[in-house]
Amino acid sequence: MIYAAGIDVGSTQTKGVILDEQRRIVARALGMTGANVTRAAENCFNEALKLAGIERAAVRYVVGTGYGRYKVTFGDAQITEISCHARGAYYLFPNTKTVIDMGGQDAKGIRVGEGGEVKDFVMNDKCAAGTGRFLGSAAEALLLNLDDIGPISLKARNPVRLTTVCTVFVESDIMSYLAQNKKIEDILGGVHSAIAARTVSLIRRVGIEPEITFTGGVSRNVGMVRALEDKLGLKLNVSPDAHYVGALGASLFALERALAAVSGPGSEVPSSTRNPELEAGN
Amino acid sequence: MAQAADTAKTTYQGQMHLLQKEIMGRYFERMTRAAEQGDGKAVFMLISGNPVELMHAFDLIPVYPEIDALQLAVKKAALPFIQKAEEIGYSMDNCAYVKADVGLFLGDRKTPFATIPLPSLILCNYVGCNVYLQWFEHLAEYCDGQLYNLDIPFMRDPSGKPSKEDVHYVVRQLEEVIEICERITGKSLDWAKLKRIVGLSGETGALWAKIKGLTKHVPSPFDNYFDSVTMMAPLYCLRGTEDGLRFFQTALAEMEEKVRTGQGPLPEERFRFVIEGPPPWPYLRTFRDLFARWGAVAVASTYSTVGGLWEFGFKHDPDRPLESIAEHMLQWNVTNRNFLQRYEQIHRYIKEWQADALVIHSVKSCRLFSAGQGDMREYFTKELGIPTLLIESDLEDPRYFSEAQIKNRIDAFFESLEHRKMVRGAAPAGASA
Repeated sequence: MIYAAGIDVGSTQTKGVILDEQRRIVARALGMTGANVTRAAENCFNEALKLAGIERAAVRYVVGTGYGRYKVTFGDAQITEISCHARGAYYLFPNTKTVIDMGGQDAKGIRVGEGGEVKDFVMNDKCAAGTGRFLGSAAEALLLNLDDIGPISLKARNPVRLTTVCTVFVESDIMSYLAQNKKIEDILGGVHSAIAARTVSLIRRVGIEPEITFTGGVSRNVGMVRALEDKLGLKLNVSPDAHYVGALGASLFALERALAAVSGPGSEVPSSTRNPELEAGN
Repeated sequence: MAQAADTAKTTYQGQMHLLQKEIMGRYFERMTRAAEQGDGKAVFMLISGNPVELMHAFDLIPVYPEIDALQLAVKKAALPFIQKAEEIGYSMDNCAYVKADVGLFLGDRKTPFATIPLPSLILCNYVGCNVYLQWFEHLAEYCDGQLYNLDIPFMRDPSGKPSKEDVHYVVRQLEEVIEICERITGKSLDWAKLKRIVGLSGETGALWAKIKGLTKHVPSPFDNYFDSVTMMAPLYCLRGTEDGLRFFQTALAEMEEKVRTGQGPLPEERFRFVIEGPPPWPYLRTFRDLFARWGAVAVASTYSTVGGLWEFGFKHDPDRPLESIAEHMLQWNVTNRNFLQRYEQIHRYIKEWQADALVIHSVKSCRLFSAGQGDMREYFTKELGIPTLLIESDLEDPRYFSEAQIKNRIDAFFESLEHRKMVRGAAPAGASA
């Protein structure tokens, strides 16, 4: 059996996925990135190997992605997470035409073509407004756990209108709303709504075409899913694997190359990377 | 592949580069002599559609604060000057060219390349940028110098052409500038000399147009952005002189030789792109390498036409010296042209220079030049189906450049272009992306 791996070294967390040659996910691993990026990637890969119950040698090809991709020193190639998110989203939801990816420092919109190719993309520039960090700052200001703020925001009745989406200034904005005795859920409703508005205007630049798949760590936040759906007036595809989409896409590229190496030259034309479980009608 | 491209990158050093060093060295020495020994008089001007011919006719030294600022940036020496300007109240969002120059101007005006002389005339020859107007007003105030604002009408007509009245209006102002120059130098204008200089400018422009046409060849003999911008100094400082002419004759011969032998700036040309916007001067090498590692060569650029657009037929005419200087200032430089003309210029480059894609480098501290680039991206991707990448940093301020972020975008863009090429290679001809 041939295996391939994708390691997504993000600004905050490192994710790893191992696929078998049938394109089935056999392991997922997650760790904090921290200061030693290479070690974070290695730890994540080792964890995934352990979960898959396979030896290092069984993995024929490793692709690194994310900001730390060049620190995946044991990897065979590096591919940007933009290409990987498109490929991974297409694998999970083959009708994906648009990807919204929200991570720790980035928000991206990707227009996806046949086979999961990137047709166009936009990203936030030089500013963490509207990214995972913004939510992190809001949670910190309210002394809440990051995982809790999404569900709390869903209880908002009169969401506040935030005047800023600046990750630095959001804390003082929140303080001023607390001073006005605003409810925490209404403040968080405003926080989510502000990011959703900013993200939607970013995504409009590539064009919004359904189906839309929401990926990246922030997609685990139910409040953000709801806020984006409200702004777009559309349902979003969200997979339980949304957090791993970059690593998944990287592992799909890796598997393609591992299989091409086995079947010889000329077979490197990108093939369809559909999910076998979906094709089997599951 | 990437490794090979990295090591072989743009190591070409021809006769033209030696010559450029020599003639630009002389130009900077002339500036330093004027600054330190009072030998010669300087006129400050702006690059956009510069009337350098008039200055040469009076033997005045043309000094471009923009070139001073960008030279500081290339030599990674700009930041202390920028910070000095911020200390006295210039805002973080202010044009970084202005700040670097003001910081320099308020000190001893010594740079690694020359000492900048005080100006005998501050000639604001481009009014498309209101910040530039104020920049020159500030300089005039700081040195109590003489300021003249040339009012150059913007190309507001859909035809993209100036009216007869526009040309007349500029010529009348040039006549006033001539009177000022006569007062400064104590000499009357020698019309025969001006005609000779305008004739040299015409020949130089024609050579430059020919050189830039060579990048239509596959592979392109040089990078029409990264290599072209380094040729702008002789074009703007020495156009209309024998030195300037000789430089462009040498450059043309060397580039034609490259076409004959099929050499390009990179070991392999894999992508051809057109680029809009100035480069991030403090990270010029880094920025260039981000494209080189993909085998991507710029075959045309709008920025190299800021000071003059010669590749579409314009030529200075010695028989109409002032009129052709006026036409150059009005119509034949990209900054004074309207957005529809800018679109058309880029579109022509993409078609006639056979480019795969458009890259827009947007400048954080220049909203004026960058405004509309979002629409530009939209027009080229959505209306024309041309893959377009929009990236942002700054032309002068190193604090705005994030290598990881820019690299990520450039890599993703060329990954998708490569994918498209692969798919297209397998599909029947004529398939569109």
